Amino acid sequence: MRRDIHALGIAGAALLAGLAILAVGLGLAGYDPGAALTALGTGAFGSWNAFTGVTLVRATPLILIGLGFALALRGGALNIGAEGQFYLGAIAATWVGVHASGWSAWIALPAVAGAGLAAGAAWIVVPVILRIRFGVLEAISTLVLNFVADALVSLMVLGPLQEPSGTYPQSAPIALGARLPMLPGTRLHAGFLVAVLLALALSWVFARTWWGFRLLALGTGPRAAEVSGRVPARRMLATALLGSAALAGLAGAFEVSGVSYALYQNLSPGYGFTAIAVALLARLRPPAIIVTGVLFGALEAGAGAMQRDAGIPAVAVYVVEAVIILVLLLGEAASRRRAMRPMVADVVKGTP
Amino acid sequence: MLLTLSEISKSFGAVRALDRATLAVAAGEVHALLGENGAGKSTLMHVADGLLQPDRGAILLDGVPIRLRTARDARRLGIGMVHQHSTAVPALTVAENIALAAGWPVAPAALNRRVLELTGRLSLPLDPTLPASRLTVGLKQRLEIVKALAADARILLLDEPTAVLAPAEAEELFRVVRRFAALGGSVVLITHKLDEALGVADRITVLRQGRVVTAAPRAEVSAAQLTEAMVGGAVPPDARPASWPDGPVLVHCDGLEVARESGTGLRRASFSVRGGEVVAIAGVEGNGQRELLRAVAGLKRPFRGLLEVSRPVAFIPEDRTTEGLIPAFSLTQNIVLGVGRAAPWIAGRMIRRVDWRAAGRRTAELLTQFSVRAPGPDAPASALSGGNQQKLLVARALERRPRVLVAENPTRGLDIRAAAEVHARLREAAAAGAAVLVYSNDLDEVLALGDRILVAADGVVTEAEPGADRLQLGAMMLRQETPDAA
Repeated sequence: MRRDIHALGIAGAALLAGLAILAVGLGLAGYDPGAALTALGTGAFGSWNAFTGVTLVRATPLILIGLGFALALRGGALNIGAEGQFYLGAIAATWVGVHASGWSAWIALPAVAGAGLAAGAAWIVVPVILRIRFGVLEAISTLVLNFVADALVSLMVLGPLQEPSGTYPQSAPIALGARLPMLPGTRLHAGFLVAVLLALALSWVFARTWWGFRLLALGTGPRAAEVSGRVPARRMLATALLGSAALAGLAGAFEVSGVSYALYQNLSPGYGFTAIAVALLARLRPPAIIVTGVLFGALEAGAGAMQRDAGIPAVAVYVVEAVIILVLLLGEAASRRRAMRPMVADVVKGTP
Repeated sequence: MLLTLSEISKSFGAVRALDRATLAVAAGEVHALLGENGAGKSTLMHVADGLLQPDRGAILLDGVPIRLRTARDARRLGIGMVHQHSTAVPALTVAENIALAAGWPVAPAALNRRVLELTGRLSLPLDPTLPASRLTVGLKQRLEIVKALAADARILLLDEPTAVLAPAEAEELFRVVRRFAALGGSVVLITHKLDEALGVADRITVLRQGRVVTAAPRAEVSAAQLTEAMVGGAVPPDARPASWPDGPVLVHCDGLEVARESGTGLRRASFSVRGGEVVAIAGVEGNGQRELLRAVAGLKRPFRGLLEVSRPVAFIPEDRTTEGLIPAFSLTQNIVLGVGRAAPWIAGRMIRRVDWRAAGRRTAELLTQFSVRAPGPDAPASALSGGNQQKLLVARALERRPRVLVAENPTRGLDIRAAAEVHARLREAAAAGAAVLVYSNDLDEVLALGDRILVAADGVVTEAEPGADRLQLGAMMLRQETPDAA
């Protein structure tokens, strides 16, 4: 808990620095920074509707993918392919969804979620095998598969899954039973709740279970973990990566089942990459990922409003995201340096 | 004096590593710097090598004060350092590594000729075209020396050079050292072994707890005086059990082969270890003992042959900070990792949970019981000194109540007292009925610890005669034989 708060403190400082730099930059570029930040804030938090219906909706995939990224990285593996796994989940969910007409929600929703989880996980099977059998870096193989997934979505919405009229490159709308219910009084789908519950569950797994501890050992000291004889390294690595990809697939399924109700190209505005920042900013700690996910959801929500109300291109918000990440990395490097110092002295003294 | 380190003081935080230590090295002299681990020998050498800046004191070269800001400064002034572990770039050839150190141009043909000419003149033969990664440990060290001499070193600092060598290789090294000195060069030999200092040095300086306690010509000191100077008091005796163990056979292998990790791999081993005995393995690094230990510990699969090991097995790897402990983890976490799921702090069947509070309490107990000096169970393992890390590893291994205990260089880098404690613990484990199998590259340790002694040479493990001495073991360590013979 203390460490969660510490992580969030750094995140808060980073956010302030990012906003300050955005304000200065906008001022220099001749915009009115005050109006811009007001629009940003109003768009994200200005009303109950804006907060739940835009910010939290945007936050949901970020939280889910961020949790998955944290799961893999705790075991020392980099899953950069969440974008592709998200799309595979979306494709599978759409496929189930359009065939689910007449199904009860009790059957359709688990089927949609299951399809998303399975398809996301399936998309990382090849990188997992390459990593475990041949030592191919998963950071590269998963990244490359993003492009394949992107092409696959295009193929789907122009081919097998295209709407029957064949007019637009999009799928038919999914059946009503396959759509996630809204939380009462909001335009926020129930997937957000699932994301929060998963975060709490994962937090418990990380902090309290033997499996979670061994995963951290594998990521922190892979040789020592293996030599201890207690950590089946390959199996744990595979499990963590599959779980990581499944969470990204679930995010894709929820996006279709709770927001778009159909498959499009460019369904994701880069969730798979933004979520990496979400997870790192939270120092891979699940409860903190909820908060940073909402924070980045708010930035993206506010960006739309800023463009609409203050005429400032939405991409300006990426400056804030970038500055947050830079501040975070600086903080990390500084604290690592402090932590290293006694070790350096040890080495110099000749005690290895 | 060629090189004088005058009244050097250096502290790391609260630790005073050097306290007005003076070392004066004359031209043409072999100077032994003697002391236990942690006495400040390495710190003093790092000051002479420009790696560390002293808090106080002066460095004089030919009587002229100099400042060494980096190791480059030291090289430029003719001070060459040979580290204990190779600093060669593994992917580059011998010649390329030498060129890198000496700043020679790297046109291959000319460079190889130049290297051959140099190694011939120094009588330190090395194949210039071989990648450094293919050299044995002894040859890697030879490369380090050639690198230093190629860079025109007048003063050679050797850091524990015999730790990785067989006795005959060490003899060869000392011949090189004497020859270099005879040609007017100076050598500082850092060691914690008395015999070496007495055998090869012209002058001996002894450090204890950062202070120079003795500095005298070789002829004026005795072994007894030096021991007392180093330790500053009595050393607990390394007692061996008198009775011959006759417990059950807990480790048995026959015609065992294990694929190589480095060096030759294990080509043939047939022996048993009984509960209650300590079997020590001697061998130069890379002769199959590493593979043998890892196979017995269950970390490597045998390639061929029979291997039966009773469980549970506990393993103490030699590399404390990458294979033993996770430095960033707390002591409790490291204990939990090593003891595994049979520990009392693991609860639940479907999902195993860790009771961190119980694990922390037990860790605190172990710290007291094994006299590990640590801020507490929540401190990171990186905050511990090497000796305390080793004691923690031993505590962790014994916490599993092993029937078989395997240890690899268990006292590497430890001072005499810490080493004696570790030895006592290993014996206790044997006395409690465990079969203990230890490898050490220090022959004295093998002799002190083993009820029986095995020798690994060229991948073949053979048992030494009871009562074999250093020389006999040394001869066995260097023997080559084909796996089919004998």
